[in-house]
Amino acid sequence: MNHIKQQIIVSGVGGQGVVFATRLLAEAAMEAGLNVLTSEDHGMAMRGGTVVSHVKVGAFRSPLIRRGQADVGLFLNRENLSVHRGLMKGAGRIFVNTDLPGEYLHCDATGLAKDAGAVVAANLVLLGYAVRTGGLFCTAKQAENVIMRISSPRQLELNLKAFRRGTGDRHEM
Amino acid sequence: MPSKDERIMMGNEAMGRGLVECGCEFFAAYPGTPSSEILTAAVGFAKETEAKMHLEWSVNEKVAYEASLAASYTGKRSAVAMKQVGLNVAADPFMRSAYLGTKGGFVLIAADDPGPHSSQTEQDSRFFARFAKIPVFDPACPAEAKAMIRQAFELSEKYEIPVMLRPTTRVCHARQNVSCDQPDSLNRAPYFEKNPGRWIATPQFIPELHRLLNEKIEKIAEEDAYRPRCFTGDKSKKEFSIIASGVAFAHAYDLLDDLGLSGKVDLYQVTLPYPLHKDFIEQIRSQYEKILVIEETYPVIETQLLDLRVQGRRTGLIPNRGELTPDVVQKALEQFLDVPPADTAPPAAVKGKRPSLCAGCPHRAAYYAIKTTFPRGIFPSDIGCYTLGMNFGAIDTCHCMGACISQGTGFYFAYAGEENPPAIVVSIGDSTFFHAGIPGLINAVFQKARFILVILDNATTAMTGNQPTPQVGIRADGSLGNPVLIPDILKACGVRFIRECDPYDMDALSSRLREADRYCRSEEGGIAVIISRHPCLLDRSAAGTQLVLAVEITEDCTGCEECLNEFECPALTADKAAGRVVIDENLCVGCGVCVSVCPMGAIVAREK
Repeated sequence: MNHIKQQIIVSGVGGQGVVFATRLLAEAAMEAGLNVLTSEDHGMAMRGGTVVSHVKVGAFRSPLIRRGQADVGLFLNRENLSVHRGLMKGAGRIFVNTDLPGEYLHCDATGLAKDAGAVVAANLVLLGYAVRTGGLFCTAKQAENVIMRISSPRQLELNLKAFRRGTGDRHEM
Repeated sequence: MPSKDERIMMGNEAMGRGLVECGCEFFAAYPGTPSSEILTAAVGFAKETEAKMHLEWSVNEKVAYEASLAASYTGKRSAVAMKQVGLNVAADPFMRSAYLGTKGGFVLIAADDPGPHSSQTEQDSRFFARFAKIPVFDPACPAEAKAMIRQAFELSEKYEIPVMLRPTTRVCHARQNVSCDQPDSLNRAPYFEKNPGRWIATPQFIPELHRLLNEKIEKIAEEDAYRPRCFTGDKSKKEFSIIASGVAFAHAYDLLDDLGLSGKVDLYQVTLPYPLHKDFIEQIRSQYEKILVIEETYPVIETQLLDLRVQGRRTGLIPNRGELTPDVVQKALEQFLDVPPADTAPPAAVKGKRPSLCAGCPHRAAYYAIKTTFPRGIFPSDIGCYTLGMNFGAIDTCHCMGACISQGTGFYFAYAGEENPPAIVVSIGDSTFFHAGIPGLINAVFQKARFILVILDNATTAMTGNQPTPQVGIRADGSLGNPVLIPDILKACGVRFIRECDPYDMDALSSRLREADRYCRSEEGGIAVIISRHPCLLDRSAAGTQLVLAVEITEDCTGCEECLNEFECPALTADKAAGRVVIDENLCVGCGVCVSVCPMGAIVAREK
């Protein structure tokens, strides 16, 4: 068993696929032989409101991330930085779905997802981008295995295509 | 690949799996965040493992509880799940079931929502268990929640007592790698043994049943299997003890690690907060000088310790409201253990985007018609997605399931003597109507109240994940039930004015509303019901059949933002720089309802 410990947040609004991205990361952790705990928002918060998921990979008991403790942040929109940036470590890696530059790593995931077939797949693009850029615990291969395993048959092709758009298209700050 | 069957599961899925594995044969629930996915998961796992099980979405929690309890009388394992306020609805059968007890193992899952995130209170169901005098388990993570289902069934069968499992939102909606086993095949033939003194239990039998209940609780408090688990320190802080339960224990465990205090102070995990283990209480009181209790959300363990040295909610070290997030627990631990605070800067309180009704949601159209038809109206409403109508001033009250109809009666009689009383327009969802609206309606008709009742019929229980209603006629396992139709219920309740209308046609709905108002105020008037019928767009099959229009905003837009403030469709957003409103093509579903909202006529729609 390896001793990786990584804390990740996925930030967005209801409907952007925050929960799916969270599931994917959790499954990827299991694929990599690691323990995992996640926490996500449901109910009222899912109707287009701001949501955040916590993913803790490795030997943790609590499913929640404290302020200033996240190693990696996936922001499905730039506006959420003001809400959830406080959860990030100073040296944490922040990946943002935007074409606007800033103090973060970014890619236009929505644009690339639209290109790949549907804007709803922006979550997969951003995930692909983060995996490729580095900093996440899992490999592209592990993530793709999980995408193939948990996507609904209807979504599989789009999800893979979107993920690969993310891994193939890099914009470093 | 791991040889054992390990899967990523949400806490709710893990509990659903646990029920199936324990050979539970009857499981009923009513959906409510954070508990909703338990039954859906059980349906899936029962199918997967070919377990023989009756699974139902009951019409409400009281019905679910009673049905499940009767199944237990026959010796079968049975269970019921609900959110914490659902237990308020089921309180009547719940309280008495403690006295009468059970036969087959009976597990009640009551999911609490500290915070709250999606509830009308943050009440602690463990207190309810203590009130009823039944044992309650408090899991810290999904895997533990699953394991506790088995413990709960076993405890229930040993003492013939209902047992509660109390997960919180952070357990229900956490995901974790959890191992799975095959279901037990108990193959219990149903056998109901008649016993009037127990199953009828008229008052003369109650003192004896109460004595037996007390005896059971006394004995359970002596069971060493449920003695809190100790993570022993190295005695460097031997006068300190931390006692925690549920996810607050998990936070405390990780925090001690982060603070470098792991293995230095004795940490106890309480898995059965009530009844608290008898010797444990004695041990804590004799062994430690400094005792901290961390639990959500009310002081259940704290008050059983009966010791004024205990720090927690009584002393203010633990806040007496709100969720115990790791940040809150950290502060309490630092103070209690007298270590310097790591970081004193409070987080900048930036609020995110609030939730709102989906683009194309039929409720929005219905509400816009209601509030513009009756600018002076009083609008009692209820619990569901449609509570979000408060964002644009379309509802005035929301209390508990079904309350809006009784409130309509209350408002009507309060204003009855006044000259020109305001229109009272009550709105309730279809599932909420079935759940608890019907008795209120019978009462309103009987009492001769007069108001308009709009039933927002979107053919689903949308807020909690689109569970079918009795009118839809599909049962939890996907099989067909006998549909129960709302118009039939209305007629049987004595309602004489019933109209149906698609709210997308806001002009038509508005004229129905005016007609209803005239009826209410006429000599022979009474309750006027309008069924506002349009399917929820989260139901993909329904959304797929709907006409999709191309909606545009023309140059006539003056940026008055009436559409944003009074209609609040997420597909309409302000372009502040351009001083106008624009359509977010990614969100717009092309319903075209907004066309009649714009005072400038600047929103146009045409067929694609």
